[in-house]
Amino acid sequence: MGKILMKGNEAIGEAAVRAGCLSYFAYPITPQSEVSEYLARRMPEVGGVFLQGESEVAVSYMIFGAVGCGARAFTTSSSPGISLMSEGISYIAGAELPAVFINIQRGGPGLGGILPSQGDYFQSTKGGGHGDYHLMVMAPAGVQEAVEMVMMAFPLAEKYRNPVMILGDGLIGQMMEPITFPDHLRTEPPNKDEWASNGMDTRKSSKPNLVKSLFLDPKELNAHNLLLKAKYERMKKEDVRYEPYNIDSDYQILIVSYGTMSRVCKTAIDNMKEDGMEVGMIRPQTLFPFPEAAIHDAASKAGCRVVVSIEMSVGQMVEDVERCVRGKCPVEWYGKCGGEVPTPEEIAGAVRSLLEKNAGSFGAKY
Amino acid sequence: MQNEAIFAGFGGQGILLSGKILAQAAMVQGLEVAWVPSYGPEMRGGTAYCMVVISDRPIGSPIIKNPRHLVAMNLPSLEKFAPLVKPRGVVLINSSLISIRAGRNDVDEMVIPVTDIAKDLGNVKVANIVALAAFVARSRIVDFDLLREAVTGEFARKGNLLALNMEALDRGKDAALRFR
Repeated sequence: MGKILMKGNEAIGEAAVRAGCLSYFAYPITPQSEVSEYLARRMPEVGGVFLQGESEVAVSYMIFGAVGCGARAFTTSSSPGISLMSEGISYIAGAELPAVFINIQRGGPGLGGILPSQGDYFQSTKGGGHGDYHLMVMAPAGVQEAVEMVMMAFPLAEKYRNPVMILGDGLIGQMMEPITFPDHLRTEPPNKDEWASNGMDTRKSSKPNLVKSLFLDPKELNAHNLLLKAKYERMKKEDVRYEPYNIDSDYQILIVSYGTMSRVCKTAIDNMKEDGMEVGMIRPQTLFPFPEAAIHDAASKAGCRVVVSIEMSVGQMVEDVERCVRGKCPVEWYGKCGGEVPTPEEIAGAVRSLLEKNAGSFGAKY
Repeated sequence: MQNEAIFAGFGGQGILLSGKILAQAAMVQGLEVAWVPSYGPEMRGGTAYCMVVISDRPIGSPIIKNPRHLVAMNLPSLEKFAPLVKPRGVVLINSSLISIRAGRNDVDEMVIPVTDIAKDLGNVKVANIVALAAFVARSRIVDFDLLREAVTGEFARKGNLLALNMEALDRGKDAALRFR
């Protein structure tokens, strides 16, 4: 199949259909409303359902109900809408059900603005809702990668019986790029008989499946929390994804950046290379689990004097970067918010001044 | 080699569509493309622009400070973007609606009464295709035949609009070839 030119939001909708997800619930919000517009037309063509909820809270429980019955279900929203869904997300994580949530981030806090942002890093990776849980969080840097991540997200959610979040931003939703859809076989959750409340007759089982997140016995809840923790530890072992860029060069500064911001950094790195300056980058493709070892190793390389987390936020991922670098060299932050995406020229300027500022640092040597 | 073009005008002029058609033609030519719209709190009659990035390598940043070319369909667009265009880039000025010039001597300024040509064809809405054709004919950013194919693809299922847009395409190209 040849390439087609598609807007990120529409490509995300089509990718979900091709992944075999035929249940989509959503409430409109800029900058992701085209997903609903697209699927309102597309879902009936493939025998699927699009239902617009009366609010994002309702949507999160529509998802809960659908996945509890063994259906693949997903929603898309943007920052303020994801906040409203956070209660349902916590319940779904507590009930150990697979579901896919897509956040096309906009500026915040509050209503913020409608332009691209990466201000929801904490919300996605550290909780958002209440209780001891994690989402698996994937961060695409373009429309093609968004398509691939949507198609990976459903099997991963089912592998862990845990919600998966795809953290995009307004630019990825609004941009058009040429894409190809991977070959696929539309499937159903392969392990759904283990957890879905889909009828004992249907699955020819004598064991009822109970969907719940309530555990009043403290011992039972502690055991449940430890079971969830074991899943998050398994994610860290088996499903960390990242892309190293120019990492074999003799860089003195290492960038950590994800999503839209990392694309701009790549261009800045290419431009600086032409000027004889080497800069390395680790681009996390999963934000949880985070590429801890890769960042630690890259920061420990001889010659690396400083690490900078470049984000469209006032510094959220930088806290995880510091945690991974573990004092091997200074960790800095650079970024812009409010929908301003730094240009390659601005990135290069920031990198040069950070190198000057840290000229006395000997990186891994101390 | 990477080239960028900004299409800018007011909402309703078909700005986003002309960018999309250019991106489609470039993709068919085998190039990498990215199409980035403005999507602020827009309204009909407000400003609208889109950036098309075309490259023979994978595109890093779709955010561009200094684009190669500009198609300015109204006055605020020319004032806003003309200072940003790289030297030797094409700056198309829709002289039907813009009475000033780019004020630069290092760009390839092309002044065409795009909206008047469209009115002459009987529909002001095809001004975007007239401008797109003139721009491609001048900049050769993509193969003109592939642009024709992309316009055909866009309007093939829209009845009598196809013939009108093909006519707009030819008139735009002629205007560019006759300029100066």
